[in-house]
Amino acid sequence: MAKPAINFSRPFEVVNDWINERSSIAEFNRKHLTEYYAPKNFNLWYFFGSLSLLVLVNQIVTGIFLTMHYKPDAELAFASVEYIMRDVEWGWLIRYMHSTGASLFFVVVYLHMFRALMYGSYQKPRELVWILGVTIYLVLMAESFMGYVLPWGQMSYWGAQVIISLFGAVPHIGDGLVEWIRGDYFVADATLNRFFALHVVALPMVLLLLVVLHLAALHEVGSNNPDGIEIKANKDEHGRPRDGIPFHPYYTVKDIFGASFFLLIAAFIIFFAPEFGGYFLKPDNFIPADPLVTPDHIPPVWYFTPFYAILQAVPDKLMGVILMGAAVLILYLVPWLDRSPVKSIRYRSWMSKLALFIFAVAFIRLGMLGLSQESSTFELRFWTFLYFAFFILMPIWTRLEKTKPVPERVTH
Amino acid sequence: MIDRIVSMGAMLLVASFSLPVAGKYGDLDHAGSNVFDQASVQRGAALFVNYCMGCHSAQYVRYQHLVNDLDLSEEEVLGYLAFGEQELSDYLLTAMRDEDAEEWFGVVPPDLTLTARSRGPDWIYTFMRSFYLTDDGWNNQVLEFPAMPHVLWELQGVQRAVTEQRETAGGELRTEVVSLELDQPGVLSPSEYDAAIRDLVAFMEYIAEPAQLKRKRVGIWVFLFLSLFTFLSWLLYQEFWKDVKK
Repeated sequence: MAKPAINFSRPFEVVNDWINERSSIAEFNRKHLTEYYAPKNFNLWYFFGSLSLLVLVNQIVTGIFLTMHYKPDAELAFASVEYIMRDVEWGWLIRYMHSTGASLFFVVVYLHMFRALMYGSYQKPRELVWILGVTIYLVLMAESFMGYVLPWGQMSYWGAQVIISLFGAVPHIGDGLVEWIRGDYFVADATLNRFFALHVVALPMVLLLLVVLHLAALHEVGSNNPDGIEIKANKDEHGRPRDGIPFHPYYTVKDIFGASFFLLIAAFIIFFAPEFGGYFLKPDNFIPADPLVTPDHIPPVWYFTPFYAILQAVPDKLMGVILMGAAVLILYLVPWLDRSPVKSIRYRSWMSKLALFIFAVAFIRLGMLGLSQESSTFELRFWTFLYFAFFILMPIWTRLEKTKPVPERVTH
Repeated sequence: MIDRIVSMGAMLLVASFSLPVAGKYGDLDHAGSNVFDQASVQRGAALFVNYCMGCHSAQYVRYQHLVNDLDLSEEEVLGYLAFGEQELSDYLLTAMRDEDAEEWFGVVPPDLTLTARSRGPDWIYTFMRSFYLTDDGWNNQVLEFPAMPHVLWELQGVQRAVTEQRETAGGELRTEVVSLELDQPGVLSPSEYDAAIRDLVAFMEYIAEPAQLKRKRVGIWVFLFLSLFTFLSWLLYQEFWKDVKK
């Protein structure tokens, strides 16, 4: 009689059983991966959610390593960054991964948000997913702004000066508010210290919590898809959506492919163009912060420029700040501004398509105008008007337009 | 289909957004320096320590870095690039005191470690070639009346401005500098001088970001690895999705 073959997987099974008797990890795994049914017709646009998560992890991991060598002190900060770039083993790589990651975070988040606008992913029942997403975007803006101050270069310093001073537009309490934020009479060591604490500890925790909630809310209602069809409406005899496939392994392997392609692009920037023509790392930020020398031009980093352009479109500071705030906050209202019975742009008329196209052009054009110092006021106002018109007129055209019949099943 | 067209349009717009910004200092001559040309960077190092470091520092650069990156021995660095009692762990600091600098030039000369990143190689190249002597001292086409005299005049010689009377839009006559001409030749011919400045710029590019030497070399391998990995992950994706796509 042959000896029974040694069962190599036995120790793993023992550990597995031991854990399962004491936790619900297996159930979690089923609910969110192996039995989370995602529509099978995701296209290119559906990579950007998982890519955002990838960039978030990159920022946290590289951020931890940067914190080991960075010094949050106005006297030492700039030199400590150069120390990381020169004397820390692979410090330059960690720093470039972090700085490039910051910009790419906004690239993927903007594309992720555009996808939602295109396929109506904010519509009922996904309003909460959208609200949490917009909140993530808001926190991300605060997080990146504070991170940008840490290298303590000229742009860090004067950018902080400009952005914090915007709070001075608040009536009555403005000046006190600005002083409270800065912790001093000007942007100084106290400002750098608190921004470090917020950037490294407070906001990342808030971001992680929001991301968990964003995913929890999504998995409760299920993912939308390019056809905007509710796949849960059509289930087979086992109660599984006919147009759904388990997230794991299908979308995990697909997202691994998406992630590696994305990393290819990221690596190209990190290794061959980390400054990215002055967009990701500005030349003036290689000059240490000097409170006595104001640079002639203080443009924000590219991902803030559309909102900076909206600010510039208004002569009155308070009105400008209100309009800029409104430009972001109006996103919260999108689920209720859209009155269309269909979700996806595929089944809407030319009106929705044109509106979304104009909005995208306006956003990008505003971004370009916000970078320049000599943008014409007329052009600033023209695109600002179109930016807001997209939201304000949305209830009108979405009710007026004739939609096409939505198919029963998803198309490829 | 239409969403695909919209996507393409959006992508193109995003791509057009990332065009490089126009030079912030106007017309500059192209430096054409090569930071990977080790001999050029070494020659630039000699120029830097002999001429620039009289007043300027490179406070984030250690002599040890030059040993590691420029293929020089410790003896060569300490013997030819360092003056006085320097250790390899010391930074490239000028011997001039800040108080003296303020008294002599009105300002403390800026640190030069990162100038190639903040101003750019072309700026340094053009600046160092655009000094000209006026009755009021040294002027420069790139930076009007800099606090800094033309330290390399012995090498370049003395240039003077060729001026022309031009009418401005307002109808006023203004004297403008049209070009510079060599009034008194220097030790180097104009083309030799340009080459020397190119070496200096290469060295300053190196000290601004020493990591770039390694970065681009490593980058190629990372890129090749990720290309292969992307291809394999695509195959894996195709394999898994066979049953979905049928």
